Amino acid sequence: MESDAVTQTLTHHEHPENATAFVANDARAHWHDQSLWFVRSKRDKAAATLPEWEELRARASAIKQHTMSRLGDYLEQFERNATKLGAIVHWARTPAEHNQIVLSILQQHGVKKLVKSKSMLTEECHLNPFLERNGIEVTDTDLGEWIVQLLGQPPSHIVMPAIHIKREEIGELFHKHIGTEKGATDPPYLVDAARDELRRKFVQADAGITGVNFAIAETGGFVVCTNEGNADLGVSLPKLHIACMGIEKLIPRAADLGVFLRLLARSATGQPITTYSSHFHGPLAGGELHIVLVDDGRSEILGSPEFRRSLNCIRCGACMNTCPVYRRSGGHSYETTVPGPIGSILAPSRDAKAHKSLPFACSLCGSCSDVCPVKIDLHTQLLTWRREIAVRGLLPWRKRLSMKFARILLGNTWLFTTAGRIGRWLLPKLPRFLVYNRLNPWGKQRELPPMPKQSFRELYRQRKRS
Amino acid sequence: MPRVGLFVPCYVDQLYPQVAMATLELLERYGCEVEFPPAQTCCGQPMANTGCTNDAKPLAEKFLSIFQDYEYVVCPSGSCTAMVTHHYEELLHGNPAYESLRKKTFELCEFLVDVLKIEKVEGRFPYRVGLHNSCHGLRELRLGSGSERMIPAFNKAGQLLSGLEGIELVPLKRPDECCGFGGTFAVAEEAVSCMMGLDRIHDHEQAGAEVMTAGDMSCLMHMYGLIHRQKKPIQVMHVAEILAGRQPTASTTNGK
Repeated sequence: MESDAVTQTLTHHEHPENATAFVANDARAHWHDQSLWFVRSKRDKAAATLPEWEELRARASAIKQHTMSRLGDYLEQFERNATKLGAIVHWARTPAEHNQIVLSILQQHGVKKLVKSKSMLTEECHLNPFLERNGIEVTDTDLGEWIVQLLGQPPSHIVMPAIHIKREEIGELFHKHIGTEKGATDPPYLVDAARDELRRKFVQADAGITGVNFAIAETGGFVVCTNEGNADLGVSLPKLHIACMGIEKLIPRAADLGVFLRLLARSATGQPITTYSSHFHGPLAGGELHIVLVDDGRSEILGSPEFRRSLNCIRCGACMNTCPVYRRSGGHSYETTVPGPIGSILAPSRDAKAHKSLPFACSLCGSCSDVCPVKIDLHTQLLTWRREIAVRGLLPWRKRLSMKFARILLGNTWLFTTAGRIGRWLLPKLPRFLVYNRLNPWGKQRELPPMPKQSFRELYRQRKRS
Repeated sequence: MPRVGLFVPCYVDQLYPQVAMATLELLERYGCEVEFPPAQTCCGQPMANTGCTNDAKPLAEKFLSIFQDYEYVVCPSGSCTAMVTHHYEELLHGNPAYESLRKKTFELCEFLVDVLKIEKVEGRFPYRVGLHNSCHGLRELRLGSGSERMIPAFNKAGQLLSGLEGIELVPLKRPDECCGFGGTFAVAEEAVSCMMGLDRIHDHEQAGAEVMTAGDMSCLMHMYGLIHRQKKPIQVMHVAEILAGRQPTASTTNGK
């Protein structure tokens, strides 16, 4: 597949390796953790202002589950209504099909330059490099996404794509690319400079691409949420608007929007609502509106009872902000477009072998499931993925073997107690280098517990006798 | 008199006998007739959490046969209790004996508060204590409200501890973040696991805790390992030990 060529050129590492590298810079890892925890805390405060928060979550979850239960019908209804409004609807099974559809529309209009507001779907399809290879200049107009684009990196977070980059680094980047003063780190100054540069891109653009937060079956309209107004500007100046969306972005009625808009921004950034919730109903006067509906494995997820609920996701990023592993390993450690807990469920659905370490990049703390505004049972699904990985024979042999061994040892009371007795007696007698060496990852930074002379069962027996 | 089968996590049996003993004494203090069935070993969670369902199943079956006849099953671990009440379904589904086992299996604090209706534990513990909310107890068994959910606050272990004379439960900056133990996660993701553990310890330290307690000894084993390596003064004690009247002497906690 064309779009995968890009990712395959990068060297693939398992999550623990990437995480170890990220954690090695302790100050930076802590800075990253604190930045995201700050967002999680803002979310808590915002959610607490709504007495009906838990009710809203339950409602949102029910609406999404209902939608998924008859997604085909709703998609067709959406297509009919969007077409009535004058939009042209396209269907793409794969990222390659999606990219080809977008390219042909652009070529038909002779587009050379385009602006794009944030769309995780186009990231998933690796649209930018594909268009660039075909001679089209793409500018990401979301500030965070533009920063990572200038750096030649993928986003590390789905809501805050440049959350892993420090202000000083942005100053340096802007100095190099747009000629800001050397050493400048003042955010208003840098933002103003970015705004000037992006304004030029907006004015020059022949087309605008946006993502879609919610598509409404009943009306054929859709909503794009941004904080920077870049989606509106990007599709108001050029006459050509292409909106790209995964098929799971659907909701049945306009009335359902109230539930989701209240949850989305509060969960994502702790705002009561995104600064711009832009509604699109058909093309601009004299313009064209194309909507590309993309499957890319979603139908397959829809067909699996265990993982179906992961399609409820509204891409708020709250599970990332709360995930103690994500916060300390960074979004790039997942090597997926969508990182964190939800990404660790979605990625193995596409390629279990390539992403087999992700469901294990999790302490099963369950915080993600409790922050999720649409109540996806994230940590349970991660556990289910571990089982799937074992069933498909993708577990590393050491893990597989140690579990077989544990089953024998723990399955037999005599073996278990005898091994325990020997271990407790032997361990304190061993020289330190035999216990603490590179074969013992526990002992790299941690001591083992002190070995008691007697186990509880031995003490219990004595106590009963006396 | 409630007849209780004492379910002792395998590593507590072998490494932390004092925690199981404190649990036994506590249950007896409140009038339970407690028995430790000696055939028990492990609930099978390590295998299940690694995805090895087939290796966990015989242990679930063994557990059921050992514990099914007790009136109650009580365990000083939220995680092992959650394995039985929340995850055995997958291993034992369709077994009617399991349905009854699930309903009568409780984590210790849950049993004291919800079944025995204990409102105040008598005793004295004049220390500044940080309560670490172990994840499975918190988010699977719902032993507390959890900071994510917008519901009235409650905490079963905290409620029991706060009744002790002289105790001061210190406020943490992150009241229920994971310590990073996570079973095999502790070794498979060693770097993140240890960073999480150290962050948790720092939170308790900045709050001025002298003793860190939790409902799960596994979290404390992980954090003890970090504390002891870095020679920090903070001590770890299981909730059962504190409720049973043990005091933080170096020999019972840090094993010095």
